[in-house]
Amino acid sequence: MALSPHGGRLVQVRAIEGSNEKIKELSENSRIRVSEETRVQMLNISNGVLSPVTGFMGKADYENVIENMRLADDTPWTIPVLLHVPDDFVAGTSDEITLVDDNTRPLGILEFEELFSISKKEYAKKVFGTEEEAHPGVAKAYASSDRVVSGKLKSVARLDAGGFENYTLSPKETRVLFVEKGWKDVIAFQTRNAPHIGHEYVQKTGLAFADGIFINPVLGKKKAGDFTDEVILETYQALVKNYYPKNSVVLSVLHYEMQYAGPKEAIMHAIMRKNFGCSHIAIGRDHAGVGNYYGPYAAHEIFKEFPDLGIQAVFFREFFYCNKCAGIANEKICPHLESDRLSFSGTKLRKMFQSGETPPKEFMRPEVSQVILKSKTPFVE
Amino acid sequence: MPQTTTQSKYTTVSIPITLHDRIEKMIIKKSGFKSVSDYVTYVLREVVAMHETKDVPEPFTSTDVEEIKARLKALGYL
Repeated sequence: MALSPHGGRLVQVRAIEGSNEKIKELSENSRIRVSEETRVQMLNISNGVLSPVTGFMGKADYENVIENMRLADDTPWTIPVLLHVPDDFVAGTSDEITLVDDNTRPLGILEFEELFSISKKEYAKKVFGTEEEAHPGVAKAYASSDRVVSGKLKSVARLDAGGFENYTLSPKETRVLFVEKGWKDVIAFQTRNAPHIGHEYVQKTGLAFADGIFINPVLGKKKAGDFTDEVILETYQALVKNYYPKNSVVLSVLHYEMQYAGPKEAIMHAIMRKNFGCSHIAIGRDHAGVGNYYGPYAAHEIFKEFPDLGIQAVFFREFFYCNKCAGIANEKICPHLESDRLSFSGTKLRKMFQSGETPPKEFMRPEVSQVILKSKTPFVE
Repeated sequence: MPQTTTQSKYTTVSIPITLHDRIEKMIIKKSGFKSVSDYVTYVLREVVAMHETKDVPEPFTSTDVEEIKARLKALGYL
């Protein structure tokens, strides 16, 4: 038996039946046009990635999450799941709301519960720790309306995985997979980057004590300059194929929009991987951070607040290549000077690739570099 | 019925004064907890979670498992 899902229940939302009558019926409900981010959240709610959340949060959950980092029933949860609606939205008389995409195609049915307002400034301060619009998460929050609708997702249409269907596994599937592989201790690795040697070192350190590693790159909207989804997946395929023992890795993607909420997002990353059936999660330096908004190890410290999280975080410091040690090291184990060290800087890597240069093998595996160099558009523009 | 504060966010439970004093002494020596209440909340959450997660059944039937295994095989995961 795999580990218990978060909140004790793996949420499964049933699919909308596709008959013409049903679709017509749906079109008679009030409608909300949802963003791509919300569509992805619907996917993650419906297949249990966000268990025990069954829909978009009501006021009691919302307030408890931003004040106490817990759902109203005390379950750990750090970032609200909200459905923003236009200021002039009227719920109508039906108990159901049809959520539609830009082409008015029905994506799901929400059992309407509440319509309420939030303070975007308070949200920004409590979730991101700042009200500065320069923070991408804050900017996005400010661009949203302050009116939100809550309710349980009653059913969803088949939500596509944007061409990555063959690499998208649901928590139900990974739970069966881990059991079939005979894995009990599974360490999750969250990433939004192509892997350099420092990432590989973290993964293999985790793998040294676990039965297997679940490499779960995040695909979806990212910042300009981040690696594209295709490159992230292909570079990981190259790494796993060439440098990992057989039957030690499951590589599957997570459709999710990064919030850049640092420590609070680290907790959400852990919760989602717990739902996939992982027992551990690797948390690195400035996990889910952006700029200098969070302390380098703030995402380690926050785990102390959650004795009941149900997934064990494994903390890693920043790794670098040390010329004198002739290998990967970190500040705890390497006595040498800064000048002896080669840091795994993403900015440096990006510049190298932009000028067509292959990074040294101490920095990135040649097979991984080749994938990036062959790509016409390795970075988000 | 628990006795609640005006905001209904906290309630009072009784523990022996001797235990309270032991905890107080301990947390003065070892930093990390601001109060006895914080300590007790932390420990109880840990213990309760342990009990809640025991013997939670998997959310799928044996038929589901066979279907999942077939997809995993087709995708090369098994």
